[in-house]
Amino acid sequence: MLATQAVLLAVDNLQTVFPTAAGEARAVDGVSFTLDAGETLGLVGESGCGKTMTALSMLRLVPPPGRIVGGRIELAGRDVLRLPERAMRALRGGEVGMVFQEPMTALNPVTTVGAQIAEAAALHGGLSRAAAHQRAIEMLRMVEIAEAEQRADAYPHQLSGGMRQRIMLAIALAARPKLLIADEPTTALDVTIQAQILDLLAALQRQLGMAVLLVTHDLGVVAERAERVAIMYAGRIVESGAARDVLRAPRHPYTRGLLASIPRVGAARGERLTAIPGVVPDLLHLPSGCRFRDRCSEAIADCARIDPPLIGHADGRCTACLRVAT
Amino acid sequence: MSEPAAERTPAAPLLSVRDLAKHFPVRGGVVHAVDGVSFDLAAGETLGIVGESGSGKTTLGRLVLRLIEPTRGSVVFAGRDLLSLDRRALRSARRSMQLVFQDPFGALNPRLTIGAIVGEGLTIHALARGAALRERVAAALARVGLRPEVAMRYPHELSGGQRQRVGIARALAVEPRLIVADEPVSALDVSIQAQIVNLLQDLQQALGIAYLFIAHDLRVVEHIARRVAIMYLGRIVELADSQILYATPRHPYTRALLSAVPAIDPGERRERIRLRGEAPSPITVPSGCPFHPRCAAAEARCRSEVPALLGSADHQVACHVFPV
Repeated sequence: MLATQAVLLAVDNLQTVFPTAAGEARAVDGVSFTLDAGETLGLVGESGCGKTMTALSMLRLVPPPGRIVGGRIELAGRDVLRLPERAMRALRGGEVGMVFQEPMTALNPVTTVGAQIAEAAALHGGLSRAAAHQRAIEMLRMVEIAEAEQRADAYPHQLSGGMRQRIMLAIALAARPKLLIADEPTTALDVTIQAQILDLLAALQRQLGMAVLLVTHDLGVVAERAERVAIMYAGRIVESGAARDVLRAPRHPYTRGLLASIPRVGAARGERLTAIPGVVPDLLHLPSGCRFRDRCSEAIADCARIDPPLIGHADGRCTACLRVAT
Repeated sequence: MSEPAAERTPAAPLLSVRDLAKHFPVRGGVVHAVDGVSFDLAAGETLGIVGESGSGKTTLGRLVLRLIEPTRGSVVFAGRDLLSLDRRALRSARRSMQLVFQDPFGALNPRLTIGAIVGEGLTIHALARGAALRERVAAALARVGLRPEVAMRYPHELSGGQRQRVGIARALAVEPRLIVADEPVSALDVSIQAQIVNLLQDLQQALGIAYLFIAHDLRVVEHIARRVAIMYLGRIVELADSQILYATPRHPYTRALLSAVPAIDPGERRERIRLRGEAPSPITVPSGCPFHPRCAAAEARCRSEVPALLGSADHQVACHVFPV
């Protein structure tokens, strides 16, 4: 029997939909992936690909009228889609932390940051008020905020974007979660601050033995910070595997197109970028067969008839494309 | 009799900015948004302006177009001193300089059709009317890859990439010589960014427009700009040919910035230079070199003397410790 890493999160054929007047938009349309303890999985895609809805589905936080209509989510052995709401509340902020893109809107503007961290600690750790306050100071130090005692009394608007994101991390980590879901955690930040926050996240991950589901559009961030990557397009995963391998030798035409369209520092100037023609399809008017075929330079006749499933290769990578041999 | 050898005088730059500054008084002090910026931009050239929050790059873009009045300094555009022009003369000069904004959603009047938006400049400058106006609008739309029927739609019916194309068409319609593009692609998906970057380059080749390309994403700027200026707390700290800047950056801030860019290719990765702390707000600009509190190489001189931007035509740095 093979020794395997402990699988912390297993998602199987997840389906999350949004009913609209014009029909049902299948924002997440049969997504499956696993995440091991301590590992970082990058969930990558452009707008409308379903990565944020996938992340929100993990904690059943899909905003209505959207709802999860199928599939299975197993977290640390528990069937998340069957848990009673009380158990979900214990999970959120407890074993699973979440960090969002816009810290200013996610933080309570009328409470001090110290109080917000303490609240998370008390709720999930059963700590007394004094102990929770102490834990809040510890967390502020852990996220490398100088003068923690004084900063604890600050309000969010008094802090910079980078500091607020550190506060978000502190709140998310207050109960020492096993899994952190980070949805574009650094997109709104300056690049030097982004590097600081991602370094901090990596250090905390090692310290806490925590897994991270990193949702982002930035392939550079994935290359530097994730062990594995799943590329999403129009509600599906189209390619997945070890990040280094997928980015060095992409197999799916969309992944290849994405990589070719990114300007590289040091490349010859003045060369045209190889842009992917067209735009992402409307989820309510998907093309027949493969969703990417209208924009694909390698589409053949069969691509219009057959919707390619995500197939595993011998080397552990997966691709959803008729043109890719397994 | 031999004729004197023909002298080659270099063409005067299209845009010449000297010691430009903008200070905003606020309660509690003065914001030194832009604090003594000088550069030239030649016709048909692209100069990238890169900086993080608080660097002053957006304010600089607005100053160059005189959308904000500077506190001091000069802006000479196509040989005319922009700051000495009266309102009428300024309005006529503005025909040659246009702005493309960052937010493709907020930059277009939601109550006007695309045709009205793109034609607004032509109408204001009385350049075309009626059928001639419609033709020029259609031509501008075609230039950015949009079909003429789009003229009858409203902004909310278009995607982000399409709206950004409309913003560019609007700028092009009056046939400017300079376009100030303030983060023109950062709100777009990566694959659409590539389309718009290609478009901007094609337009430059076809029409000889100069760009002042303001952005925070070094990857995009390096691709499109021949020269790049790095801004920090209202000043230019390094100004160089883009390939030279990326290969041999001198200023410690530039080097830290480059090291922080996440690279897909392991071969592109630089050793991370960790900066201490965060940029101070532009209300409390440090004495001497504005970067010295965060600089690992700072010396005594750095705390008291502001370094001047010095060097050769291809590479200038404002640093006491690492001059060119």
